[in-house]
Order: sequence, then structure tokens, then C-alpha cells
Amino acid sequence: MFRIKRGGIHPDGHKSLSAEKAIEVMPVPPKFFIPLRQHIGVPCQPLVKAGDNVKKGQVVADHPEKKAPPVHSSTSGKVKEIGNFPHPVFGMSQSIVIESDGKDEWMENFLIERDFEKLSVEEMVDIIYRNGIVGMGGAAFPTHTKLMPPKNKMIDTLIINGAECEPYLTADYRIMVEYPDLVMKGARMIMKILNVKDCFIGIEENKPKAIETVQNYAEREGIKIAVLKTIYPQGGEKMMINAITGKEIPSGKLPMDVGCVVQNVATCAAIAEAVCRNIPLIERIVTVSGKAIMAPKNILARIGTPFKDAIDFCGGFRSVPGKVIMGGPMMGIAQAGINSPIVKATSGILALTKKEVDYGDERPCIRCGRCNEVCTMRLRPNILSILSEKHKHQTALAEYDLLDCVECGCCTYVCPAKRNIVHYIKLSKAKNSLAGKAAV
Amino acid sequence: MTTLFIFIVMTGLGLTFGLMLAIANNKLAVEVDPRIYEVDDILPKGQCGACGFAGCLGYADAVVKNPDVPVNLCAPGKEEVARKIATITGKAQSSIEKKVASIKCAGTLDKAVRNFEYVGIQGCVSANLLQGGSKVCKYGCLGYGTCVKACPFHAMRMSPEGLPLINPEKCTGCGKCVSACPRHIIELIDPESMVRVNCSSFDKPSVSRQVCQVSCIGCAQCAKQCSHQAIKIENNLAIIDKTICIEECYDPVCLSKCPTKAIRPLIFGLLPGTENENSDNFIYKGYEQSGIYYF
Repeated sequence: MFRIKRGGIHPDGHKSLSAEKAIEVMPVPPKFFIPLRQHIGVPCQPLVKAGDNVKKGQVVADHPEKKAPPVHSSTSGKVKEIGNFPHPVFGMSQSIVIESDGKDEWMENFLIERDFEKLSVEEMVDIIYRNGIVGMGGAAFPTHTKLMPPKNKMIDTLIINGAECEPYLTADYRIMVEYPDLVMKGARMIMKILNVKDCFIGIEENKPKAIETVQNYAEREGIKIAVLKTIYPQGGEKMMINAITGKEIPSGKLPMDVGCVVQNVATCAAIAEAVCRNIPLIERIVTVSGKAIMAPKNILARIGTPFKDAIDFCGGFRSVPGKVIMGGPMMGIAQAGINSPIVKATSGILALTKKEVDYGDERPCIRCGRCNEVCTMRLRPNILSILSEKHKHQTALAEYDLLDCVECGCCTYVCPAKRNIVHYIKLSKAKNSLAGKAAV
Repeated sequence: MTTLFIFIVMTGLGLTFGLMLAIANNKLAVEVDPRIYEVDDILPKGQCGACGFAGCLGYADAVVKNPDVPVNLCAPGKEEVARKIATITGKAQSSIEKKVASIKCAGTLDKAVRNFEYVGIQGCVSANLLQGGSKVCKYGCLGYGTCVKACPFHAMRMSPEGLPLINPEKCTGCGKCVSACPRHIIELIDPESMVRVNCSSFDKPSVSRQVCQVSCIGCAQCAKQCSHQAIKIENNLAIIDKTICIEECYDPVCLSKCPTKAIRPLIFGLLPGTENENSDNFIYKGYEQSGIYYF
């Protein structure tokens, strides 16, 4: 049994709400809002204009210098307009509005059959880039960048992340149970691209069915299963490496500096679909859950589907929700409304009841040190939050390793004074980046 | 016997050290211009940094030592302090322009549309991190009082309507609130101004009309009315030429035609939107009422 060496918490899982619900295909909604910025980095430039007819899978936006993965149309129809529309992360963002024509016609050259063993590494990376694949665990880091490490970095271990430590979310679990073949195929492709021999798939012990299913496939492919103890935030990239290999990533460095690459199971499945069948990333599995949802489900939804349509497909709201969150309750982003669309990084839509949402007032730090105990990055969240409160952002950066914080939220979860520690840390990070920009 | 011994030793030590300190004080004395402390004493001690130096002592030091530093840099001290500094340093006296802070937003809780309730850290920068604050308008006042906390002279407070209020008597025009505001919507204006535009939105009229009842929609009615050509429209926002407005205009006709009342007279003691068109509120009233707040 593997586990992170230090820290972590055990929040109530609530996974039973949707864990055993098989993936349901969501019908095509009448209108899609496809944001041009669905990944970390620069936004894409639109390639279509209002009035154009588009086909399913057509590239509607990309970056002229290949700095951002392209965005594809999720269905066939007409581009209605390009303008500022709600975005689940940035509030408002430039988006392409596509009205579905109901035919759902594919572009040519899609759905072909291709054997990846015959393709070269460069061809495969190019296919992954052209199909717009990004990390689907939540951070949306462009996958092709991750698969092309600099020549001087030796990669020896590939870790497939199936931990899904966030409460409520069951999308990755359903992928492992229903499409283990795709996950394994994707993992083998990444092994070929990176030329690594060691591959682990990390799954937490609270998913016995997934472990059993994946085991049957993994043994054939030479992939090892690492059963992890259930701890939040073990699904984080840095924690996963620490739990399985025991290595610790030095401050300010990336996983590739210790010879590891981590990929989410959903990303593996998307890579397999893209390389073998040339299907771009236009749909993903989303968990719609929470006590305020009538019938929690795992749905296969198109990118650009408004949250409202997805929630309506799951029976609508049971009661007036206190908060709607994109992602998990620990790291997800609270939404201003339910008009924002599903993007490539949307692993779940949660609706919490008013009872579950704590509006408690924050009080001064009592120096109990619980946040120091649970911090897996070995930071001192209490000091960071106090420094931020007193506007000493530069001290936090210089002396307390502010930038190493992964914003997992364990400190805020355990704080008895109900301090918004992660928010304080985010504020310090923003202040420091603003100060840096002003200095330049 | 022991007591006497201790008494003698301690007295001896005390006298020796006292003597050493007295000698050191004379021999190692640093020449300091006493005028620096004289100037420092008359400065208002807000430590606001409006002069551009590190605190009041920093300015006192610079104004005494450096002949190029003028005497009128202390905005909070106004004319009186400038006159005193001129007397002490022997420099030429120059006047200070009176400035007060003004918030270029009138979107109170009932006027501006909000799309969620913010419950995080009470501060404008923090609220701005979460999808740009709870107001739909991404140019207006966030309303969490970062400027109020930044004011060193306690001249600001938050109104229950969700906008900061400024006391013109206490406001010294130091500009701390201007740099604290993450939206950059506070400006220092001349209190002699006839009118001001209480909006910062560059949104298209179709958008800004939906998100705020009192936003400037760039309709240019005010520019057409103004006989002095003091108003022009840039990026859907009216911009007033302050010099023309203060020096030439005595009858602000621009106010009468504004459909959203985004352009307003400079009146003390009234929240935006509460001015009555029929009363004589359009006339600049001056400072006669003390201790009241205005925008």
C-alpha cells in the first residue's frame, strides 16, 4: 500500500451519490458556448466568423504560433456570434456560440481506424496537439508540451493518475470501470512517446471495483498497479509522485526534473481516441452531483454545453442550491451562475445545499498549528495567511516559499477559526505577480 | 563593610561611564540641521507619501537640504504648512492646488446588477480574484472598502449603499486611495469643478444599460449641450476637460440632458441619484455645511 509521506486529510467522500451510475450520453443541446481559452496559457484566435457553417470536429480556433492547443466544434451547425460570454474560471471570456442544426455531422477524415504501433513519436505528438488534448484532471495543461520534455531531462517513470481524491467526483472512476481498454491503450502510447519502461497506475483503495477491472488489463500490458491509501490531496501531481516513487520534487521544479510524468486516466482515454480514431477532444465525462441535484449522474457531455442543460438532464435542482461549483468541493471554483459552459477541464458540476455551505465568519488565527500538520507541501499556512493579512506579500514569497503552495485547501478545511487561508495565499500570489509586472 | 564596598564600586562605575558618554557626545557629535526637525514638527504626520518621499521626516530632510525640492509638496498640509516651510527654509513660496478624491462610480447596491454573493476575504483585491467581483460591471467600484482602509486621515467610510463616501473636510488629496484601488476608479479632482462623470465603464451602451442603471452610455448628449466644447466621448465614456469646465462654465447645461444621470453636479452630502432635478441642487454650494460626506 502506497501513501504520501506527510500530511493530508480525510474529507467525507460522498461518492456513493453517483459512483454506481453508468455513464449516460447527454443529448446534443441546442446552443454551444465554446470558450477560446480552455487551457493554461495564451487564448486561441477564432478561425470562423458569425454565419459560417461548421461540422462536428472542425477546428474553430487555434494559435498561429502553435502555442495553444486548438479548439474544435462540438457539433455541426452555424456560428451565431463571437463575443464575451460566461466562463467557469475567468468569469467572462471570448467564446464562439454555435447553434446546432440537429444533424451532428462529422468532418471528413474523422473516425478512421489507425494502428499506433506504425506511427512515429513525432506523428503521435502532432496528432495529440492537433486534436486539442489537454490535461483533463482539472489544471488543463497542454498534453503535447508535457510529452515533449527537454532533451536533457531523462524520464524514467510514467504515472497514470486514477486517484480521484476529491470528494463527490466519480468521472475518473467510471472511465476506469467502463473503458479500461482505452486507458491502457493511452498509457501504452505515452510509454512509447516518452520511451519509458516503468508505468504505474495509482488508484485509491476506496475504488475496489476499478482496481479489479484495471488489474485484468494492466497485467497484459506490463503496467503496475499502485493501490493508494485514501487521503486527500493524493491525486495532485506532486503528491502522487511522492506517494508512489518516494521522490520529492524540489521547490520551484517540475515533475520532469525527478524523471516522472503524470497523466490523468481521462487524458489517457482521450489520447487513445485521438490517435487511433482521430477524434478530437469535443466531449468528456462529467460528474453532476451534490445533494441539491435531483438525480446525480455521470454524463458524457460535449464541450461547450451550458451547465444549465447538464443539470436539467440530471433532473434539475432538488432545492435552491447554496453554491454551484465547477470541479470538486476542495479545489473547484464557485460559479456566479449556471450559464457557464462545460470546458475541457470540467471534471464535475456540484450543487451543494444551503445547509452544506458554511458562511461562517472568519476569526483571527489561534496558532493551533493544525494547518501545518496537514500541509503536504510542508509549508506554514498560518504564517502565510497572517503575512497576507498584514500586506507583507514579499516576505511570504522570500522567506516562506509562497509559490510552492498547490492550493489544495487542506489548511482551510481543518482551520477551527474558519480562516480563508487558500484565498489569502492566492491574494499574496496575485500581489506578487502584480508587483513583478510593475517592476519590469 | 560589603554594602559600603558595593556602594563605592557602583558609584565609581556610574561616574566613569557618565564621563565617557559625555565625552563621546561632544567628540563624536553628528552635525544635524535643526531646521529638519522644525519642518518635521509642522508636517501633519499622516506618513501618506503624497510628497513622493518616504514619510514626513524624509520630506523634511529633502526640503531643507535639497534646494530643488519645492515647499508645496505636502498636499495634506495645504497652504499653511507650505507657508511655514517657506519661512523656515527661506525658499520661495508657491501655492498648493486643493484636490479631493472622487469615486468614478455610482453603482450602489440597488442600481448595479450583482450576480452572486461574495463571502470570502473582505477586500477589493481579493474579491477581484474571484471572477472579477460580484458586480456584473467589470469597471465599477467593487465595494469592499480597500480605499477606506488605506486612507491615513480617516476621511472615508463605507456607506450602507455599498460605495465609499469621502469627507471633503478631512480629505487631503494625498492619493493613497488612488493607488489602493484595484479598479483605478478614484481620481483627485478640483473641488471647484462644476460637474463630474460618475462612471468608468467602457462597455457598449447595450451592455452597460443592462448591468447598471446609472452608467454612462456614451450617448454624447452632454457633449452636444456644452457650449464650451469641454466634453468629448472616448470608448463610450464622457470625458470632461477640467480646465475649461472650471474656468469658463457658470451654467452646467450638460446635466439636464443626461438620460442615466451619470454626469452629476459636485454637491456635498448627497448620494448619487438622490439629487432632485427641480430643486436648486444643480448650483454649486460650497463648503458651508461641515462634517458631511459626499462622493
